[in-house]
Amino acid sequence: MSEITNTHTGALPSSLMKRFGPWIFLAIGLIILPFIFSSNISVYTMNLMGIFIIFALSYNMLLGQGGMLSFGHAVYFGLGGFMSVHFMNYVEAEIVTLPVFVLPIFGGVIGLVFALIIGSFSTRRSGTVFAMISLGIGELIASCSLIFVAFFGGEEGVTGDRTMGPVVMGVDFAQDIEVYYLIAVWAFITIALMYLFSRTPMGRMANAVRDNDERSEFIGYSQRHVRLISFCASGFFAGIAGGLFAINFEIVTEENLNALTSGVVLLMAYIGGVGFFIGPIVGAVVFTLLQTLLSNYTEIWQLYVGVLFVLTVMYVPQGLTGILAMHGPAFKMRRLSGLFVPYLRMGIPTFAMLAGISGFLEIIHHVRSAAVGETSMSLLGIEFNSHDVMPWVIVLTLAAIGGLISRTQLPQMREAWEIANAPLDSNEGASS
Amino acid sequence: MFELIFFSLLNGIVTGLLLFMLASGLTLIFSMMGVLNFAHASFYMLGAYLAYTISTYVGFWPGLILAPVIVGLLGALVERYGLRHVHRWGHVAELIFTFGLAFLIEEVVQFIWGKETKAYHEPEILQFPLFTFFGQDFPAYKAFMIFISLAIFIALLLILTRTRIGLIIQAAISHPNMTAKLGHNVPLVFMGVFGVGCALAGLAGVIAGPALGTFPGMAVVLGSIVFVIVVVGGLGSLGGAFIASLIIGLMQTFAISLDYSVTDLLSLFNVTTDAESALRDLWTLSLPQVAPILPYLLLVLILIFRPTGLFGKRES
Amino acid sequence: MTSAIALDDLRKNFGPAEIIRGVSLNIEKGERHAIIGPNGAGKSTLFHLISGRYNVSGGSVSLNGENISNLPPYEIYRKGLSRSFQVTNIFPRLSVFENVRCSLMWVSEYKYSFWHLVDREKKLNLRTHEVLEEIGLTSRQHVPAGVLTYAEQRALEIGIAAAGGADVIMLDEPTAGMSHSETDQAIELIRRITVGKTLVMVEHDMGVVFDLADRISVLVYGEIIATDTPENIRNNKAVQEAYLGAESEDA
Repeated sequence: MSEITNTHTGALPSSLMKRFGPWIFLAIGLIILPFIFSSNISVYTMNLMGIFIIFALSYNMLLGQGGMLSFGHAVYFGLGGFMSVHFMNYVEAEIVTLPVFVLPIFGGVIGLVFALIIGSFSTRRSGTVFAMISLGIGELIASCSLIFVAFFGGEEGVTGDRTMGPVVMGVDFAQDIEVYYLIAVWAFITIALMYLFSRTPMGRMANAVRDNDERSEFIGYSQRHVRLISFCASGFFAGIAGGLFAINFEIVTEENLNALTSGVVLLMAYIGGVGFFIGPIVGAVVFTLLQTLLSNYTEIWQLYVGVLFVLTVMYVPQGLTGILAMHGPAFKMRRLSGLFVPYLRMGIPTFAMLAGISGFLEIIHHVRSAAVGETSMSLLGIEFNSHDVMPWVIVLTLAAIGGLISRTQLPQMREAWEIANAPLDSNEGASS
Repeated sequence: MFELIFFSLLNGIVTGLLLFMLASGLTLIFSMMGVLNFAHASFYMLGAYLAYTISTYVGFWPGLILAPVIVGLLGALVERYGLRHVHRWGHVAELIFTFGLAFLIEEVVQFIWGKETKAYHEPEILQFPLFTFFGQDFPAYKAFMIFISLAIFIALLLILTRTRIGLIIQAAISHPNMTAKLGHNVPLVFMGVFGVGCALAGLAGVIAGPALGTFPGMAVVLGSIVFVIVVVGGLGSLGGAFIASLIIGLMQTFAISLDYSVTDLLSLFNVTTDAESALRDLWTLSLPQVAPILPYLLLVLILIFRPTGLFGKRES
Repeated sequence: MTSAIALDDLRKNFGPAEIIRGVSLNIEKGERHAIIGPNGAGKSTLFHLISGRYNVSGGSVSLNGENISNLPPYEIYRKGLSRSFQVTNIFPRLSVFENVRCSLMWVSEYKYSFWHLVDREKKLNLRTHEVLEEIGLTSRQHVPAGVLTYAEQRALEIGIAAAGGADVIMLDEPTAGMSHSETDQAIELIRRITVGKTLVMVEHDMGVVFDLADRISVLVYGEIIATDTPENIRNNKAVQEAYLGAESEDA
């Protein structure tokens, strides 16, 4: 994984398990997941997760690996989707004969081609200017998509039918679970490819250019060239994700190209943690869960996601994976158990505070947006009248008390953290 | 034909000046702090919404004064407690922060005011046509917009070049460390400039709200165009931003009003096209259709032929 | 015989300010050449002009007889000229090992390959270990370069410049900020890694200069006022005036 301290020194590792273990684990996990979560909504969610995982990982090739912030990455995702859905229609019209499961390749190819075209001038600049360019190009193509109706289908987008392809091994993709395994296979392949890419000379130099683009030139590498190759690879994999989206949903619209989708992939990668290879995977999973589950319980889930994102940027820039990684040293020293109680003592009041704040927002939202006269609402299954005073008092008190108590728990939390991370008495500095 | 050009010119200037009001604040902030405030257009939106709410209680004119002030204060708070905190992680982190902020502000606006377009109207005393040319009216409100924009720019120019605080700001823009060592409170200057920049955006929202509509998507629509302006004009250059704003404002207005299409062009050469061909979109392409994408096309051209922008100065 | 580096009336302006005002110099192959001068003389600017960081405003720079003026840094590196920086310019988030390995990749012919896996490239990794050994950072190889001590970072800085085996190595104040013992170690390191190579060095520490250099050039206000052996430079009146007594310390 791309954590900074993880370097392979070239000697063969002591056990194959260490090297292939995570991959075997991933493969097994992908295979058995639908048996654990077998409902339709679960399969739907997992399909979406798989697509977003590939999309977010492709994005991190730019941001986390290459140091390039792009606000227009959805372009390659969307184009990949459109290309694939068109090929789906060609297959249906019997213009070509291709099994459905290779369609994402076409998505990848068009993503690559456009990344090459756009990257040829956009990678000349870096940093803020590159970000602004990517935004402009993203808007350009999204706007074009409403003009060039032949390829983009205008406002309704383009639809296809994934069951019209040749039946291979009895699979016609009529069922979502069949699509799940298609996505799972593609996800496994692309995750492996993207990981391996990061371990190639090109991938290593992408990191170097990210860290110090100027110095890279003085060891023989054109930073522009490095960025361009990263950009193309990233576009390729985004296109594949788009192709899988087309197969799964059988419709691709301008939405899949626009700034909102570009923003979402940035959000996913960042919340998960851009400094780690698996960060975007975590981010994609979490975001998909928020999107599919949260939206069932509250109408203002986007507001929560927005707050979560800003808080992450401000206080947890290393992302969720970063938080997990922070526990690494304590884990190695077997001191994690010492954090359990402090976490509870801090966590419960904090949770109460968040619940109070959230309840407060929910009540306000209901009062403002519900039809006139409709004052009964429910939170966590409890029904009440949003115009009564009691509910307001309860949530506000919960928030206040929760907040106050968690303030008081802060010192003991810090102390426990320091104890858990204090270096071992013997063998100081043995681990590096 | 002549009145078409005349009114397009006027409307283009109105749009251009409005865009410059946004782009100037953005450029000032960028020149000073190296931060491209992704949420700049969000403060524009806040200005419009706050002015709307104020206008429902006490009318348009108090809103004109109060709303930008409130937005400016909010901006200063954002700088003090948000941006300054994120600053230690570099420009990319700052940009991501302002991006998250833009997203959050849009959600908060929808939460507080709802998703529908607000009935924010210009004040009654300005609801008359200033003049009528060839049967077309030019609303007095648009003249008012031009007047306010120009007044603000002149005021800004005077403050920056003639007053002591303006000189300090100019110094802090190019040499923040030295200015701090001379005893000036640079963080306060930063906070002030960020606040003023946001107030400018808010003011643009106050006057544009009645004309362009007050709805939750208004930040997104204008936001990306403003960034294009800043890149095209050259990062850090106020003059460049001014020229680019006018160019884009005029370009879009003319494109919308001149309804010519590629078919018309081709027919000049007696070339006809197949209405069912796969490239039919290309042939039926009309100027009003491409109007939204013209700024981005300009961006691509500038990037290819003049990467530092028209008057580019400070590199990020 | 072609010089390793030949500067012909080299000039550099920043707006109206002339920083380098017509520098002509020939540095021979295998020579150890030091460039000294008071602060602000333009020594780093000279380095930037030669290594491709700045474009020349006039005159030319040649490497082994080939004009390299205004070429981008990576092309100059590929022709065999490598440099270190006065302000440490490493890859902070990469490990020390990775820092060195990256600086070996181009010369090891990997270029922009994404079909090799670096972890399996035995020769590359072996060579990386050798370089780490030479700069004395083997024990710190897994540490992110950003957390190294100052002296360790300076050693890494030199290592990155020299690892690729360039024929001409330029070191910009390699011992800046080092203690006496650290400086002695650095001198030994520099001596070791520049065997058979051309070395150009900017230095303030006269002890280092007189220890290592075959010839010294003195740069004052963008012009070279003297180029000679260390002994002659020491006794040169104009040089003494320019330094106003600064040269006698640390010798």
